[in-house]
Amino acid sequence: MEKRAVFRSSWLPLALVTPQLIITFVFFVWPASQALYQSVLLEDPFGLKSQFVWFDNFTALFRNRDYLESFNRTAVFSLLVAGFAMGLALLLAVMADRIIKGATGYKTMLVWPYAVAPAVAGALWVFMFNPRIGIVAYVMHSIGYDWNHQIRGQDAFALITIAAVWKQISYNFVFFLAGLQAIPRSLIEAAAIDGAGPAKRFWTIVFPLLSPTTFFLLVVNIVYAFFDTFGIVHATTSGGPAKATEILVYKVFNDGFIGLDLGASAAQSVILMFIVIVLTVVQFRYIERKVSY
Amino acid sequence: MASVVLDNVKKVYPGGVEAVKGISLNVPNGSFTVLLGPSGCGKSTLLRMIAGLETITSGTCRIADRVVNEVEPAERDIAMVFQNYALYPHMSVYDNMAYGLRNRGTPKPEIERRVREAAKMLAIEDFLERRPRALSGGQRQRVAMGRAIVREPQAFLFDEPLSNLDAKLRVQMRIEIRRLHNRLKATSIFVTHDQVEAMTLADVVVVMNQGRIEQVGKPTEVYNRPATRFVATFIGSPAMNLAPGRVIGRGKVEIPGSGTLDFDPDTFEVAEGTAVEVGIRPEDMTVATPDENTGFVIKPEFVEELGPNRLVHGTAGGEPLVLSVASSMPDLGTRALGLRVPANRVHVFDTTTGRALRRG
Repeated sequence: MEKRAVFRSSWLPLALVTPQLIITFVFFVWPASQALYQSVLLEDPFGLKSQFVWFDNFTALFRNRDYLESFNRTAVFSLLVAGFAMGLALLLAVMADRIIKGATGYKTMLVWPYAVAPAVAGALWVFMFNPRIGIVAYVMHSIGYDWNHQIRGQDAFALITIAAVWKQISYNFVFFLAGLQAIPRSLIEAAAIDGAGPAKRFWTIVFPLLSPTTFFLLVVNIVYAFFDTFGIVHATTSGGPAKATEILVYKVFNDGFIGLDLGASAAQSVILMFIVIVLTVVQFRYIERKVSY
Repeated sequence: MASVVLDNVKKVYPGGVEAVKGISLNVPNGSFTVLLGPSGCGKSTLLRMIAGLETITSGTCRIADRVVNEVEPAERDIAMVFQNYALYPHMSVYDNMAYGLRNRGTPKPEIERRVREAAKMLAIEDFLERRPRALSGGQRQRVAMGRAIVREPQAFLFDEPLSNLDAKLRVQMRIEIRRLHNRLKATSIFVTHDQVEAMTLADVVVVMNQGRIEQVGKPTEVYNRPATRFVATFIGSPAMNLAPGRVIGRGKVEIPGSGTLDFDPDTFEVAEGTAVEVGIRPEDMTVATPDENTGFVIKPEFVEELGPNRLVHGTAGGEPLVLSVASSMPDLGTRALGLRVPANRVHVFDTTTGRALRRG
């Protein structure tokens, strides 16, 4: 259904959309166009002069092993984050959907982590996993695993994955729970009468009916893993050790603001922008056309 | 096919709400039994207990002579048609109907055969590949019934399956359900709050109120011989008139302000002088000619024109009284009307218990 407000004059609607347009322009269009512009420039480290180099920044990136490795790492990272964050959230949502007593308290507590800023979440996990004073590290040492994310790359990678997953579970949980509650009870009952056990009911009825939610969350989680995890990486590992946790968005920051290679950094952010555009298009097309009943 | 036998079944929800207060009922093999009652009377809860979707607090439920209190819904070998149809929206009509059979490991050719057969019976063969959302309400209803039929269960349970349909379709589906039952002869329990559905579909009507059974009987029985005041007023449209009265002799009752009525003293047993409630159906009264003295008079207040008939509203003994007359009758005006009421159409109820004061 379409709802349209019809205005007689033209200044009122313009006045109403102007604030939104200004915000979009200042915080999105302008920086994005700056990134596009910078990505075709080569600038000296002191910002004194710059030179137009066409797509040299991009070709250089795709010849750079560091960048390709970071790309690879980000892909693995985002799949792990999306997979675990969604899987665990779904499990929690299914359980929350079944409990009768104390459901509100349980749900509220599960939602809290989402209110924690990424940097704070990172700091939290850094303390818990600190090889010398962290409680989780202590437990791992006592069961014989020598946890040290400060010198071992795979530990560091695991740490940012855990922190990123933990923070995203809440968000996914809310959507999954809403999705579950939108499934009519009578469908589940009909399936029960039709001889499907709880597991079968879940996989043949509940899970397929959740697929619009699942697909939406998949895109959102990948975007999250690509972009919103900067704070977590910065607060826990700063991309180290030895670039083991340097995901794309962190590399943009590292190359641009630490390495002062503005052209390469801008080119990287343009690629990220492109990825986000593709994901968004996929989401809109797919969700609107296919995954609906 | 099998019988369903309930023995003193109760349902108490956590918090102490007693939804079903001890119901004993025998649904014989092959019968079409309708549970009828106003919303909140516990009829749906009772059906869901038979289905296994609600636990039984106490009492026993037997299906085919097997106590099923602790048996999972899947193992009770029943099929249920839900009010909102509960079709699986992500499956085709064919898959919807095949789902229960696949879960039970029925061989593929057998599934194919049964689904095609049921689809043919219900005239939904052309829609087998469609999704439920591409179907109309009546077609969805048929698919829901098809899903039940293919299972060839011991009993069919219907939970107000027609209430989501528009009036015309409801009448049509009602007839189809009855036709289907005549053909399959399957034990069916049908829950509804619609008395017309109950009267037309049922072999046996079970009238329920506030978690209890008021009366069990054939449709004509609950209409002609209501056991309680509740049944009397719940069944029949417009509802049976109730007026306060006092028995003044054998088979004679006085309605203050309106005169006297005769009732059948062989049917009702009431001592002289007892205060009673007198029930008369609007369609059981006829208007006497002006010069005829019937001993029972009402003063009309207004008239409702319904088309085939006309409802005359008045009062008798201080209570509203409705009279149904044919539309072909000339306008009666507002003069006092003498009414003829056959003695065998007058019902007498106890003022406190509400039970009909029938002999035996």
